[in-house]
Amino acid sequence: MLSDKLTSTGVADQSDLGQAWPSEDRLKQGPVVVVECYQEIPCNPCETSCPRQAIVVGENINDLPKVDHAKCNGCTLCVARCPGLAIVVVNAAYSQTESTVTIPYEFLPLPEQGSAVEGIDRQGRVCCQARVVRVLNTKAQGKTPLVTLAVPKGKEREVRFLRTAG
Amino acid sequence: MKAGEFLIIGGGPAGLMAALAASEFGVESLIIDENQAPGGQLVKQTHMFFGSKAERAGTRGFEIGLELQQELSTRGIKIETQASAVGYYPDGTVAVMQNERVWPLKPRAILVATGASENFVSFPGSDLPGVYGAGAVQTLMNVYGIRPGNQVLMVGSGNIGLIVSYQLMQAGVSVKAVIEGLPKIGGYLVHASKIARAGVPILTRHTILEASGKDQVERAVIARIDENWQPVSGSQSILEVDTVCLAVGLSPLTEILWQAGCQMYHVPELGGQVAWHDELMMTSVPGIFTAGDVTGIEEASTAMLEGELAGLGAAKYLKGESKELQCRIDDTACRLASLRAGPFGQKAREGKCKLAECRR
Repeated sequence: MLSDKLTSTGVADQSDLGQAWPSEDRLKQGPVVVVECYQEIPCNPCETSCPRQAIVVGENINDLPKVDHAKCNGCTLCVARCPGLAIVVVNAAYSQTESTVTIPYEFLPLPEQGSAVEGIDRQGRVCCQARVVRVLNTKAQGKTPLVTLAVPKGKEREVRFLRTAG
Repeated sequence: MKAGEFLIIGGGPAGLMAALAASEFGVESLIIDENQAPGGQLVKQTHMFFGSKAERAGTRGFEIGLELQQELSTRGIKIETQASAVGYYPDGTVAVMQNERVWPLKPRAILVATGASENFVSFPGSDLPGVYGAGAVQTLMNVYGIRPGNQVLMVGSGNIGLIVSYQLMQAGVSVKAVIEGLPKIGGYLVHASKIARAGVPILTRHTILEASGKDQVERAVIARIDENWQPVSGSQSILEVDTVCLAVGLSPLTEILWQAGCQMYHVPELGGQVAWHDELMMTSVPGIFTAGDVTGIEEASTAMLEGELAGLGAAKYLKGESKELQCRIDDTACRLASLRAGPFGQKAREGKCKLAECRR
């Protein structure tokens, strides 16, 4: 069931997110995919891009992706392949104080590695300061660059976009 | 200009796929398109497509258009651009105008894949410069590299409204809001989420009351509407915008089908008047096929598959049946059905059912 908030504003609420979030045990083990895809649409590049069969859509292309977080190693291949830009990879075991979130980011200018940016939540609000750990923009991403942000622990649940200074 | 056996009117996703599919079975096609370059709406679609690998999911629309053109040129299929079908005559002749010259072409089969045109809504100020159709905005930005304005109000939250809003932001334009009359967002929620996190409010149950300004749009007044679609008093707000972008649906471009005497029916689920067609996209006039948005407003992926079916249908009509052809037809029909199988395909499914029953 899609929440009213999601269907009327485009912003997922807790009831939507609950289905996508990995277990605490899995999060402790390092990078893992979070597929925030809640609506049945005819689409399956997440499934075909995954080398470990961690994401399965199956016979009916309209079915929601089923994610086996245990099989996922957080490789981020699916992140740039999702036409809906609905996939992120979180690493809650990044350090004692920080987690990382890898997001698809199709805007110019691309942030510089090491630079400070604003971490933006699903609603477009600033929710923390973030540091750009990595920018991946090779042919394999097909013009959907991936930006990995280090954020204060816990914020990996909220940060889904970034804003560069100025 | 030589018609060949199969004249394809419209070089968009449906027309290009039809030519490729027909050529597999030895049908010689000519594609005519009124634009400077073929590809139809694909040329300005910078987002990645949905669907499965067979429909080139994950590839951007304009890249799909280029890939299809490459395949056509490899197979020696001719495309005449800036060529418009301006008339159909009872003996089966199509008048094609190119460079002020009219060519009478008499093919053995025709595909009408002319697409759709944008709907508009009227409100005080809707005739001011700065009020655009979303398709025009997308063409200006993505084909010609021109920003239509600096602050935009988007009217309509279907996929076109959502995608064009996102692309406006990519071009550095500020989108002040997306408004939608219905209580729910019309397009894919993943597209909505993309613009929501970039800071654009999506306001459902809202409408535009007016646009105003001296020589062009300088502001727009929006308001909340109630269950009866009446503005709620006191809910008005003024947005400082120089552009109002209308993404309020499409209507099939059916003139040639009417002129050819194809049986037409009004099916609201398909976007208006459409031609009846059989499973292989042939209309009530033998040898005239139709595919894509002109047969019902949908997505480019379904247009591509309908085009493929029409191309295979033309091959059957012109060359006769074969086992191999039937296999291809079954496979394409099956893929088309699976794309339409979900909740987003419901409208098209119902519309196509209604249309099929019209002639029984």
